[in-house]
Amino acid sequence: MSIFQLFRKQRSAPMARERLQVLLAHERSSTGADLVSILREEILAAIAKHVQLDNDKVQVKMDRDEHVSILEIDVEIPLDAAMRAA
Amino acid sequence: MGKVIVVTSGKGGVGKTTSSAALGAALAQRGEKVVVVDFDVGLRNLDLVMGAERRVVYDLVNVIQGEAKLTQALIRDKRLETLFLLPASQTRDKDALTPEGVELVMAELKRVFDWVICDSPAGIERGATLAMRHADMAVVVTNPEVSSVRDSDRIIGLLDSKTLKAERGERMEKHLLLTRYDPNRAERGDMLKVEDVLEILSIPLIGIIPESMDVLRASNIGAPVTLADARSAPAMAYFDAARRLAGEVLPITIPGEKRGLFGKIFGRRAA
Ligand SMILES: Nc1ncnc2c1ncn2[C@@H]1O[C@H](COP(=O)(O)OP(=O)(O)OP(=O)(O)O)[C@@H](O)[C@H]1O
Ligand SMILES: [Mg+2]
Repeated sequence: MSIFQLFRKQRSAPMARERLQVLLAHERSSTGADLVSILREEILAAIAKHVQLDNDKVQVKMDRDEHVSILEIDVEIPLDAAMRAA
Repeated sequence: MGKVIVVTSGKGGVGKTTSSAALGAALAQRGEKVVVVDFDVGLRNLDLVMGAERRVVYDLVNVIQGEAKLTQALIRDKRLETLFLLPASQTRDKDALTPEGVELVMAELKRVFDWVICDSPAGIERGATLAMRHADMAVVVTNPEVSSVRDSDRIIGLLDSKTLKAERGERMEKHLLLTRYDPNRAERGDMLKVEDVLEILSIPLIGIIPESMDVLRASNIGAPVTLADARSAPAMAYFDAARRLAGEVLPITIPGEKRGLFGKIFGRRAA
């Protein structure tokens, strides 16, 4: 093992610290419901008011980061439902 | 139809979650389709060990209670296409798991995956018995230490009585995974010998994982050790164990036993 590998290998603790900080900040927020989870539920509820939501046709992805979180909601809306609403 | 494996131990903190992640990843690294299921409801950690903690949307309890579809709860690993995680719930307790719900989830997972690896919680209560309920095969994780061996013996008893296989009168295939094995302590005679543990528990050995800083590093960065550092000693031991799970026959090496004379002298002086 080279000396560089040794140094590179020693840097895992800061990463552990950073991961824990992000995770625990989300988990501690009272009910465990952080903004991203609240948005997720409210957006899905808003869609459900207009379209009969089929769980198979809804994909939700989240990725929480230190500075930004990504919420990705992918809903397939059947054509007839879209026409009825129009 | 996929194979269901329970990773269990009775005793806490012996390396079940570490081993579930490493074996799951090792099998997926061979191109097999694998899901690792966290049964530790209320104290999930598999997501953290596998580095998926920021991407959990739904969990096993949501699926069992009909709040989400299985496909919505499964998280695909960012590094390995064929590796998936089904996280446990962090906010509910173990009573949220129903036998019927677990049965449905297991049946569906078996249809889609080659391997379903169930990371059991410690103990012998509901969570642990539900995790083993549908297993075709068990990996009994044991440390070379008296209380761990005793608890493993207890778990072996449950595997032979409380599982579906046992109730049907079939034989449950059980494998011993000896983890946190410290060659230096073995050399000094301060640790139970591999032969001793094998003789006491009398189930076949599937691998010996050395005590290693590489395991800690892997969990710090959030990757199964077989992915974090594929050439480290624990990773190689997990790769071999995964091959044995898949049916290959390989000789087992005891960590540290192949050391030359120099290593032996050095080891003694250091002790
Ligand atoms: N081979 C090893 N070398 C060094 N440390 C290890 C090894 N295996 C596991 N550990 C460490 O031991 C601790 C417990 O491991 P792990 O969480 O996998 O155990 P567990 O059996 O799942 O625990 P629990 O019963 O709480 O679910 C962790 O800190 C882990 O990093
Ligand atoms: Mg665990």
